[in-house]
Amino acid sequence: MDKNFIKIKNGENIKVNQIPYMEFDLFYENVLQLALNGYSIIHYFAYNDNFQTRLIAVFRKQNFLYIATTDAPDEYQNLTEKSIKFHNYERELAEEFAIKTINHPWLKSLRYHSNFLGKTDVFGNDYSNEIPGNYEFYSITGEEIHEVGVGPVHAGIIEPGHFRFNCIGEKILHLEIQLGYQHRGIEKQILQLKKSALPILIESVAGDTSIANSLCFSEAIESLANVEVNEEYEKIRGIALELERIANHVGDLGALSGDIAFLTAAAYYGRIRGEFLNILLEVCGNRFGKGFIRPGGSKFLININQRRLFLNKLKKLKKEIIEIADMLFNNAGVLSRFESTGIIETDIANDLGLVGPVARASNLFYDVRYDLPTGIYRNISIKVATEKNCDVMARALVRYKEILHSLDIIETLLNNLEGTKPNKNINYSLSPNSLVVSVQEAWRGELSHCIITDPDGNILRYKIKDPSFNNWIGLAIAMRNEEISDFPLCNKSFNLSYCGHDL
Amino acid sequence: MFSIIKNRIKQGYKTSKYPLKEIMLPEKYRGLPSINKDCEKNTIITCAINCPTQAINASEQSLDLGRCVFCGLCEEISDGTFIKFTRNYKTGASDRRQLTLYSDDLKDLEISTNKYFKKLFGRSLQIRQVSAGGCNACEADLNVLNTPFFDISRFGIQFVASPRHADAIMVTGPITRNMKNALIRTFEATPDPKIVIASGTCSISGGIFRGSSEQLNGLDSILKADLYIPGCPPHPLTVLHSLLKYLGIIKS
Repeated sequence: MDKNFIKIKNGENIKVNQIPYMEFDLFYENVLQLALNGYSIIHYFAYNDNFQTRLIAVFRKQNFLYIATTDAPDEYQNLTEKSIKFHNYERELAEEFAIKTINHPWLKSLRYHSNFLGKTDVFGNDYSNEIPGNYEFYSITGEEIHEVGVGPVHAGIIEPGHFRFNCIGEKILHLEIQLGYQHRGIEKQILQLKKSALPILIESVAGDTSIANSLCFSEAIESLANVEVNEEYEKIRGIALELERIANHVGDLGALSGDIAFLTAAAYYGRIRGEFLNILLEVCGNRFGKGFIRPGGSKFLININQRRLFLNKLKKLKKEIIEIADMLFNNAGVLSRFESTGIIETDIANDLGLVGPVARASNLFYDVRYDLPTGIYRNISIKVATEKNCDVMARALVRYKEILHSLDIIETLLNNLEGTKPNKNINYSLSPNSLVVSVQEAWRGELSHCIITDPDGNILRYKIKDPSFNNWIGLAIAMRNEEISDFPLCNKSFNLSYCGHDL
Repeated sequence: MFSIIKNRIKQGYKTSKYPLKEIMLPEKYRGLPSINKDCEKNTIITCAINCPTQAINASEQSLDLGRCVFCGLCEEISDGTFIKFTRNYKTGASDRRQLTLYSDDLKDLEISTNKYFKKLFGRSLQIRQVSAGGCNACEADLNVLNTPFFDISRFGIQFVASPRHADAIMVTGPITRNMKNALIRTFEATPDPKIVIASGTCSISGGIFRGSSEQLNGLDSILKADLYIPGCPPHPLTVLHSLLKYLGIIKS
């Protein structure tokens, strides 16, 4: 089935002319067959090469990536109707490259910006008008139906997005999520930036995922530049990525408690999250790990003193995390709100192409660290945390299990550090006419960067796919037939990125 | 119930004594930079050329904190001979021009307290936060001010759900094109008199996004800010210190 695709490993670089080219009709048929037969989409995007727009599809099955390419038509019969996984990718194609997908069941603007090519807008939008432009939100009519609109400015300190609920009484029939408010034009800006600014921009794609993004970027660059990374740096990177995961997961458990007014756990976990950010601060001078990881290695190392200090600190924190979890997960009030709320059945999660803790809570077994390991993850055994109940409780439990597992990983890695010198900025040049796909398990799930270079070794296309790109639809589906008062809780159990999606 | 009480006793009292007792940030923390103007010219020029956000002016030997993302590249390139980041977290200022740093004599940036605002809001400031293209690092570290360690509400400062309840709006992010109108409407919905705060380097100058056509290079393009808090993101202490100083709760 995948014989028309080139099979490569995570982070392996190939020449663009090695990518199998198919005529569009054949490509269409092949891509559809893979999507329908258990291959998941990592990328499906367009790029412009010498005035020719090309399509690239990157799939994953088990431990390998499968890639093929074709020339992009101006329009084609949509794939979304046949496999729902394509729905956002096809919206993106329309928005970025004005490729119209005919009869797409719901072709709408994803991020609300004019296309990259200066072509006639597919949506008929005039972008001097306000978002969502030439688009009527989905609405349901009938007696006692009402709509609730929330955002872009929300009640808490969070990023902007617009939620529109179609309700009957308290019950949500459908939730429409309109994003794009955070769109900063990152994919376009990357192509104009000087080398020294690139890592900074990558770390600002999503600040809460700075480390994972910077790791994805660094591994992609290293692959294209043929740079070897010392194992000591790989360990440091592993520690950094797991710290980021723990900090965010602990924060999420706290926020989930806060949303059901179980304030004791909210306060404790809220503070403990800070302890992990402070460890990052002590190592690299920034609480979010900005400036920590760079192509070639890492800017900072952990010395013997710090190692001892952190090991003690982590041991204490682990104990506290477990004690609070015992209190949280055994409280009847908590269980009555967490259990059976916001269910996404396994097959639906699979059809939608969900990733990360959200997918694992719906009993889908996929963790990039296990399935597509790079760096230090090739040497350590990863326990993939899954749950069967598919609800808010399951999503909380997956996070809790992952926190404990990450703590163990960090402990192992800390104990195995040797203590070498940090590296300075390496000077790299990228191999020309090449492509690399780099995938990491960020705390929200599968994060991937794909870089294509031109004949001079400059970046021709930089595609970023945040796990939130896959998962926002999951939140909308989880809300169906739930009460509107459960929205904050469900939303928090997904805790998706607005800026990572909007780019 | 039993475990709640047990946990409560174990957790104890975690709120810091700040501002009565100073908090020392770790050695690696990159705070207010000190500038050595006697540094070799070529080094300064190399720093300026490589600075990701063009924050360094080589001919004036100055650094614009409003553009700096505190990445530490200049310190690394100059090996600390031109710029050295200190542990001083007090980087907030009420005048945009003050954010341009010249010489190496480190002094706290000034935050002038408007007497009228101090009288009005000195004991109670309600803030509406608006994210307009922020990468969520600024937002996340503002949320931290509500955790028990900082406990910002002990100073009468609260983040509120509606601009109608607010005395101040605190803006993060470079102001995306798609958030411009929502931001202006939030500002208009906030009753007078009101304070505008630009928190984080992006909201002051656009930060790393400066120049991208999808954003507006910071808040000053549409609103006049009363308080600027640089940082990428600013440490929660930086924000807390700036607010307390602006309200006159901390004296100079």
